Amino acid sequence: MTNDGGILRFLACGSVDDGKSTLIGHLLHLTGHLYDDQVRILEQESSRLGGAGGAIDYSLILDGLSAEREQGITIDVAYRYFSTSRRHFIVADTPGHERYTRNMATAASQCSAALILLDASRGVLPQTRRHALICALMGIRRLLFITNKMDVAGWREGTFREAQAQCSRLAADLESFGVPPAQFEVVPVSAVSGDNLVAHSEKMPWYRGTTVMQWLHAVGSGEEMESSPMRFPVQYVLKAARSEDARQSGVEDGQWRGGAGTLRAYAGTVVSGTLKRRDPVVVLPSGLKTRVAEIWCGERRVRDATAGMAVALGLEGDHDVVRGDMIVAGEKQPELAQLFKVRLVWMDEQPMYAGRRYLFKGLSGTATAGITRIRGRIAPDSFRRLAADRFSLNDIGEAELALSRTIPFDPYREIRETGGFILTDRLTNATVACGMILHALRRAGTVRRQFEEVSPLERAAVKGQRPSVIWLTGLSGAGKSTIANCLERKLIAQGRHTMLLDGDNIRRGLNRDLGFTEADRIENIRRIGEVTKLLTEAGLMVITAFISPYRADRDLVRDILPQDGFLEIFVDTPLEECERRDPKGLYRRARRGEIPNFTGIDAPYEPPAAPELRLDTMAHTAGECADTIVRFLLKQNLL
Amino acid sequence: MTADSALSQLEHESIRIIREAIAEAERPVMLYSIGKDSSVMLHLTLKAFYPMKPPLPLLHVDTTWKFREMISFRDATAARLGMELITYTNQEGVRQGVTPFTHGSRAYTDIMKTDALRTALDAGGFDMILGGARRDEEKSRAKERVFSFRDAGHHWEPRTQRPELWSIPNLASNRGESFRVFPLSDWTELDVWRYIARERIQVVPLYFAARRPVVERSGQWIMVDDNRMPLAPGEAPQMRLVRFRTLGCYPLSAAVESRAATVRGIVRELESVRDSERAGRLIDFDQAGSMEKKKREGYF
Repeated sequence: MTNDGGILRFLACGSVDDGKSTLIGHLLHLTGHLYDDQVRILEQESSRLGGAGGAIDYSLILDGLSAEREQGITIDVAYRYFSTSRRHFIVADTPGHERYTRNMATAASQCSAALILLDASRGVLPQTRRHALICALMGIRRLLFITNKMDVAGWREGTFREAQAQCSRLAADLESFGVPPAQFEVVPVSAVSGDNLVAHSEKMPWYRGTTVMQWLHAVGSGEEMESSPMRFPVQYVLKAARSEDARQSGVEDGQWRGGAGTLRAYAGTVVSGTLKRRDPVVVLPSGLKTRVAEIWCGERRVRDATAGMAVALGLEGDHDVVRGDMIVAGEKQPELAQLFKVRLVWMDEQPMYAGRRYLFKGLSGTATAGITRIRGRIAPDSFRRLAADRFSLNDIGEAELALSRTIPFDPYREIRETGGFILTDRLTNATVACGMILHALRRAGTVRRQFEEVSPLERAAVKGQRPSVIWLTGLSGAGKSTIANCLERKLIAQGRHTMLLDGDNIRRGLNRDLGFTEADRIENIRRIGEVTKLLTEAGLMVITAFISPYRADRDLVRDILPQDGFLEIFVDTPLEECERRDPKGLYRRARRGEIPNFTGIDAPYEPPAAPELRLDTMAHTAGECADTIVRFLLKQNLL
Repeated sequence: MTADSALSQLEHESIRIIREAIAEAERPVMLYSIGKDSSVMLHLTLKAFYPMKPPLPLLHVDTTWKFREMISFRDATAARLGMELITYTNQEGVRQGVTPFTHGSRAYTDIMKTDALRTALDAGGFDMILGGARRDEEKSRAKERVFSFRDAGHHWEPRTQRPELWSIPNLASNRGESFRVFPLSDWTELDVWRYIARERIQVVPLYFAARRPVVERSGQWIMVDDNRMPLAPGEAPQMRLVRFRTLGCYPLSAAVESRAATVRGIVRELESVRDSERAGRLIDFDQAGSMEKKKREGYF
């Protein structure tokens, strides 16, 4: 065969009813890839089910599910295969309905070029823009916009030029979003009649640009991954005893390294770059340095391997390398990190809220993942970033992701395979999102993480939460402890890791040497502040219930803690009410002069000037107040 | 770029799929149906794990109506490779006398193939089941994922398939649930034969044209493989130069007239053929949306 252009994987996308299935069906027919018996069945079905008024309805070839044919829509991706003397093609026909965006994204993740269809008379629709954005975010940089249904538009050049201008604006918007197309053209066609699919249309003599097939032949196929740094995720460890019966025939003894009597090699696919025998490599995350001893491609020993090849590597020396490890070029190593800024396409019916935990899966294995903060949603039609507190089905957004362990990665725009990941729900097992790593938020160093300090963020990440301090202040008897207990109970019920500090567990232990003079009160709060700081560095959500009467002391605590995790909450109960409640009889004793320096009686209380939250205990129960705090934590992305 | 770079690309992608499936499986199995696709899948699996013996058994659901040459090829292949071969037959169906002639192709397939497969998979507790199906065979197969989730009843739910992103399949499942894995999803019939030629893979001789005893049924040539085939009074099988494009149960697999007696000859024939591969598979046409229904019920 003379076919030497390899395989081009592309998808057809665009809004519903813009003619994707018809276009592909007709392309298959024109390139001779419909068999006679298929055409016979198609003709019968076209007259019975078709929407082409008795003519051949090519979409029926693609819509293979009963539900699709009955409803006349595409639900899931159909894959079709055709080839010419120059190239193999795998085309994914994708659903246009917004509801099935995740199926469209599935196809986009596998493709290197996209045909984006639009109805010439309707022009670029919001769904056209959404699909173009998903293609671009997924790393597809070769786009052909197809203004279809030119027959309905009377083959008018003006209609095409207008659609063409809209496509150019769309391409410019993609560029200003940071995902510029590398190749981009617009072609007027009629998928039904086949004009400009393979041959130039006689009905549109004003158009002399590319036809669809010309473009498909000319467009670059791969991502030129050979020139990227070498990455080799270990998929499977091949081990074979040296005895004759345990392995396939033809293995020469001594060619495989490993322990005495064991052959050992690492099976996987080179996802980028090239490698050859004797190349220095590093195994991540351990940081082990070694060299490639042998490369096997099936039963053949080869000198080198390039991106896309499934091979097995023998390494020099005896090592414990496992599935999920990544063997990388000694020169250009990927970063290791645990906290990331990522883009997500949300694929689950259940919305995502910050704080929820999921299972992360990428080529370097799995980890527990928490969305620590939502950075915003991307409007699919304007490409603007909007504020968001959740992601719903088909939302595209940006967020911060914390993993339970450090992984090697590359930014998605540099290497798709090592920058992409999925999130799954640990209970339902559903794939809830696909994600693309933009960059690490805090670099955890490149190698040798065993010598590295564990950071507070890592401690919080293994708990799947963000540390915070919920500092309740107010008069004695205001209800701080009751609300604090109630709140902690609610947080524990949500699986949060918490600690409650109050007079009982601090005054009796750590601070039992302190009295109630002004100096001792200040020292009391200072120590509490330091303990609180340590607890947040352990990754906990800390609730405190102290009178903490002085504004300056509370500000001091705020200063030593991380900026956005400190919530000063004023439990606002009037003195009269506190004195009326007097749960411990302290006010009565203070009034009798038995307790000196009692806040509110003979010592001042300075109410917060600008607390994060004020709770009115006269109007609400302790449980309601605790709920108010939970809602506030959610709003602040702290839950 | 070499002349067969597309074929090599398919080969590497399939090996990656096979390795991924088996790496994540607790109890993997290969549904070995003895045909050309199974032969290619087995060949790729040997390559994927070389020099190890592939860490999974072969499973064949034997309806008792397979071509005799298929059964002898199956046993010889398993013996040559030293791989475990599990065969399963629905003995209850045999006792009740279920045959393609007496019960119609639909009921026969339900009982002797789909039911039998489900029982065999449950008995083995298999969670990852490799099969040689290709997307270009049939419209509903064109819609299926490479890693295709099955619920505890082996049902396929085409409307809610899991997204499948990059090369990162979501293979999480609960007990009793499983995945059907199709490493040859992106191969066409022509790719399969070109690869068989390139790699010199052994296939059942029924694929090559030879003079064989056939009778005509509904415009198709059916081979008389043994004396269980009911003949009309006075009817005698004719000897014709035929071959098979797909193999299954002999009463349900039509032969095509062909002179292609070698792998190269088959490749040349396919480059100009005008009918699809499954035109000779009688069970695909026994009802509208036929394959989708069977697949939803657990058929491969």
